[in-house]
Amino acid sequence: MPSATDADMTSPPLSSGAVAVRADGLTKRYGDTVAVDALSLDIHRGEVFGLLGPNGAGKTTTILMLLGLTEPTSGSALVDGIDPTRDPLRVKSRVGYLPDEVGFYEDLTGRDNLLYTADLNRLTKTEGRRRTDELLAMVGLSDVADRKVGGYSRGMRQRLGLADALVKQPSILILDEPTVNIDPEGVRELLALVARLSDEHGVTVLLSSHLLHQVEQVCDRIGIFVAGRLVALGTVDDLATDLDQWVFVVGVAGMAEPATVLRAVDGVHDVGHDDDRLLLFAGRDVRREVQLAVSDHGGYLTELTRRGADLDTIYHRYFHDPGES
Amino acid sequence: MVPTSSTPTATTDSSSVPTPDHDIIRFRAGWRIVARKEFADHVHSVRFVILLVLVALAGLAAVHSASGPIRDAADSATQTPSVFLLLFTLSPERVPAFHEFLGILGPLLGIAFGFDAVNGERAQGTLPRLVAQPIHRDEIINGKFAAGISAIALALASVIALVSAYGAIRLGIGPTQSDLVRIFAFYAVAVVYIALWLALSLLLSVVSRRASTAALAAIAIWLVLTLFAGLIAGVVADTFRDVPADATSEDVLANARLELTVRRLSPDQLYKEATGVLLNPTRQSTGILVLEQNDLALPSTLPLDQSLILAWWQLISLVAGAVVLFAAAYVTFMRQEVRA
Repeated sequence: MPSATDADMTSPPLSSGAVAVRADGLTKRYGDTVAVDALSLDIHRGEVFGLLGPNGAGKTTTILMLLGLTEPTSGSALVDGIDPTRDPLRVKSRVGYLPDEVGFYEDLTGRDNLLYTADLNRLTKTEGRRRTDELLAMVGLSDVADRKVGGYSRGMRQRLGLADALVKQPSILILDEPTVNIDPEGVRELLALVARLSDEHGVTVLLSSHLLHQVEQVCDRIGIFVAGRLVALGTVDDLATDLDQWVFVVGVAGMAEPATVLRAVDGVHDVGHDDDRLLLFAGRDVRREVQLAVSDHGGYLTELTRRGADLDTIYHRYFHDPGES
Repeated sequence: MVPTSSTPTATTDSSSVPTPDHDIIRFRAGWRIVARKEFADHVHSVRFVILLVLVALAGLAAVHSASGPIRDAADSATQTPSVFLLLFTLSPERVPAFHEFLGILGPLLGIAFGFDAVNGERAQGTLPRLVAQPIHRDEIINGKFAAGISAIALALASVIALVSAYGAIRLGIGPTQSDLVRIFAFYAVAVVYIALWLALSLLLSVVSRRASTAALAAIAIWLVLTLFAGLIAGVVADTFRDVPADATSEDVLANARLELTVRRLSPDQLYKEATGVLLNPTRQSTGILVLEQNDLALPSTLPLDQSLILAWWQLISLVAGAVVLFAAAYVTFMRQEVRA
């Protein structure tokens, strides 16, 4: 529960208002290819925003533009109220960034890697030491802090990367594909940390991923990004509704031809098979209708659950025409 | 567990939001932070130790072999000016003189501290993290160049101090004040010469994605410019200014002049001429002297400023070479996308 100090922390810095990140017609072209196409987007202070899209959709390019590391071809961005193209240093001083495939100096210890980042952010020696110790404890790396990074596992590197992004005490945290290549347990730990940073410290988080099911539970809102364009934006449930895609897992017994019966139910678009169960694709919540239809035909339900807005489905819907899936 | 003691917002002090001016002051001189880290890396690296030992051993061997004849002739040569400096330039028994050794081995120092400077960051994936910190992008390459020069300067100073001390013990005499000034001038030129090689290898590390490719390219250039330059210059001279069997002295001279001109395309030659003049106050020319000119020259010693004037264009060429190579590395680095 937030204490008084927590409440202070979550109060936004003056002047920046409720929008942490704003993109306005942000466009990046490389020659003839459009990497990011007129992206307009507001990310609210304190929310966890997921930028979802397949590899090569322009997620990393967008992030680099927000950090002022590459210049937009046209359009503009405001990060914490600052234009990253004009004033990249001020943006970079308040945005923590965990790059895709984060790397460290292999010959330095985890602690020394973080201390270098602290130096680059002009923390004093004592401040840097204290902050580094706290963060190493937070990500659970205190025990290995004095070992060379060369011996770290991928999951440890990712957690060290998160600590590294937090050294500067950012108000905004940008994580590029943070869950790639780490084991499920590592993913769970990392996302729990992200959720805690957001809840307890009010840090605004922008994370990109191509695996919706991994990140959907931590994201307040998501944007679906395909071929440089934002094709959908909202909460996971909103998106599922907008997409006419409610997916239910149905187990039926005691009746013949359940698929045919269920396909006839009003609101159901399609029926698929998943092992011995059925998958219902619907435009709204049809559980009541399904229940009635099954009992009308003398059967009974062994299972009827909603499969949490299935991004596979959303993906399928949006991604099947762009080259990559 | 969680860092509750501090605010997660970027406000460094709770009473005021940082103004742009505040941030400008706070975030200046980022290159020094990069340089400090890189310098510490260099000095603690195995390659630094290996190169230091290599150059020190070569230097000791050169000074040792030079000191023998000096000792033998010391009694009869009391009028010889700057006996101490002969330690660095005398090369009896086919052992190269110290300054020649440095001309050959010095580039290795420059190459060693630069060839993986930028592509190493890319390979380890540290570059995106580094550029996301509040430093200007050019401060990364500036800091790396500064750190490399510092490491080179430190290594050279140690080696020159070591061999000077050894030479002083062998000869039983120390350097005079003007010897010290000339040794320092020699040191400065050697640092510039090696900085040129550092800038070259830095450029290669920006251009080439792989450190091994950059190292190989740098070593190939080093071999061509230092070890094979004489051969190549000879071939070029013989091709374009052939010396026939019935050659006149003009033919021979033309051949030698062309050979020297070609050799001067190598920084090694420029370095040798400049340091040769600086370390030898009796040297009155850097070019070719025919015998009669040599006979006409009055045996005398030059003050340092005269020696500097004699070698000024070699010095300027070395500095210009280093600047141009570093500028090329800088511009290429600034134009590259962050993502490899």
